[in-house]
Amino acid sequence: MATVTVSRPPLTLSERAYLPQILAGMRITLKHLFAPNVTLSYPEQRPAIPPGYRGVPTLVMDPHGREKCVSCQLCEFVCPPKAIRITPGAVPADQPDRAHVEKAPAAFDIDMLRCIYCGLCQEVCPEEAIFLQNDYSLSGYSRDEMVNHKDRLYELGGTLPDQHFKWDKKKAAEEHGNQH
Amino acid sequence: MPTDFSFPDSAAKAANLPKEFETEKMSLSMGPSHPSTHGVLRIQFELDGEVVTKADPVIGYLHRGDEKIAENMTYNQFVPYTDRLDYLAPLANNAAYAIAVERLAKLEVPPRCQAIRVITSELARVSSHLMGLGAYGIDVGAWTVFMYCFTEREKLYTLFEKLTGARFTTSYSRIGGVARDLPPGWLDEVGAFCTQFLPILDEILALLTRNKIFLDRSVGVGVISRADAIAYGLSGPNLRGSGVALDLRKDRPYSGYEQYDFDVAVGSTGDCYDRYLVRGEEMKQSIRIIRQAVAKMPGGDWFARDARKIFAPPKDKVLTSMEELINNFMIVTEGPQMPAGEVYFEAENPKGTLGFFIVSTGGGVPYRLKIRSPSFCNLSILPKLCVGNLVSDVVSILGSLDFVMGECDR
Repeated sequence: MATVTVSRPPLTLSERAYLPQILAGMRITLKHLFAPNVTLSYPEQRPAIPPGYRGVPTLVMDPHGREKCVSCQLCEFVCPPKAIRITPGAVPADQPDRAHVEKAPAAFDIDMLRCIYCGLCQEVCPEEAIFLQNDYSLSGYSRDEMVNHKDRLYELGGTLPDQHFKWDKKKAAEEHGNQH
Repeated sequence: MPTDFSFPDSAAKAANLPKEFETEKMSLSMGPSHPSTHGVLRIQFELDGEVVTKADPVIGYLHRGDEKIAENMTYNQFVPYTDRLDYLAPLANNAAYAIAVERLAKLEVPPRCQAIRVITSELARVSSHLMGLGAYGIDVGAWTVFMYCFTEREKLYTLFEKLTGARFTTSYSRIGGVARDLPPGWLDEVGAFCTQFLPILDEILALLTRNKIFLDRSVGVGVISRADAIAYGLSGPNLRGSGVALDLRKDRPYSGYEQYDFDVAVGSTGDCYDRYLVRGEEMKQSIRIIRQAVAKMPGGDWFARDARKIFAPPKDKVLTSMEELINNFMIVTEGPQMPAGEVYFEAENPKGTLGFFIVSTGGGVPYRLKIRSPSFCNLSILPKLCVGNLVSDVVSILGSLDFVMGECDR
């Protein structure tokens, strides 16, 4: 096996003496004094958030402004710290084009005091309805304030593009008599 | 009576003094929130003046019951918990845990996944050692080193953020693969980091390696003999600092480590200075490994495509195919399907040997999961190592052991 034994030669006279070491230190300090800044003035300057960042979990709508979550509760199941609580309900009557989806969340709460931002909910979601987006600094005055309810989750999530429109395709197929 | 300041022997001298000179011992509690204990370690000292005559580490302040938690969730759900073992190198823990479970399933992951795990583990090693060096610097009074180390560590965390979506709690591994493929251009950024990092590392190390004050605090302090290091089950840089060339990446290669050319850094005397030097050299060797892995990064799958009962199907398949949708539900709710049996796997983590012993009765939830954490075993030598030293030397010893209580108490 290739090993390398770290060398530890004794200190030379100049390394033991006070003044040469101080001067060497000053040289490094001077070099860094004129080097570009590595810090940000945080609240004014913000770091760039890379794509795929795991921030605060949110619920998203499809491009037609329709709810995507079908209340399958898979995210609630997988969440390691049990931060998600879903109460399933029916699709609201004012959305006739989604009546065939049958289920929607009546309530959807994410307790941000429990959430660990692991992203498993987003990973398992079979509807691409829950996304961890770019928000990272949360604060509140009370514990209640730190629980994000459904309205707040949709407000944070907004609308994301949809590649599939799976329920529209399903409806179209059903109308063509392609029922299983 | 002439005054003798050779302190390490003074405990022995005090023991030889006649009875009437015997002074009262003082008991001192260091920690659990002492800044030099790197977390919530508490050491109960018995002091004779300033010399330690007895040291009792009290651990468990950060105990969360991770091993019990693992029995109550599927294999994939436990990945975020492995972030929180050695929280300074979460990527290395993620990889070690995933490999352990894959050994249980006798599952071979594709070469690309293995290479990704090697790169992330080695980047985690660099980041962990940077933190170790920086914190050791503070312990012995060198703030500058800490700041320079953190500047470099920040660059690494930016890379981790791009790769995994989080800076600290990466949760990057999945059983049978990784959470997502490398983002475009990421490997080039890793290469660029390596290029600019080496000269800066030399500058950082130059601040300490030939620094008389640092040498006075570390040379000959906390010497762990070769025999002791083996007897107490030390691992990682603490063991290699004592001259034992044990490195699981060489001795029992996993995740394709046998393809990479690197040297194992070992010390000669086993004092604090040797442990520091070994960490410095290990970072250079890690960069060597990363460069080789980046240069020959294989293409192809980044997860085990044929393991249909272990790795969840890709998202676009879940959205378009009924069978894949059902499969997704099965893997998430039942867990990745494992055969009955038991497995022990240990990986060379930045802090030492991180082992997972998993007993499975089949299905997606472990029956028992035991974690062999390096920091816990490394701390077991403290009662022997501290005795006879000054309290201020204990600070230097603790810094050189570079432990993390998150994984010691788990």
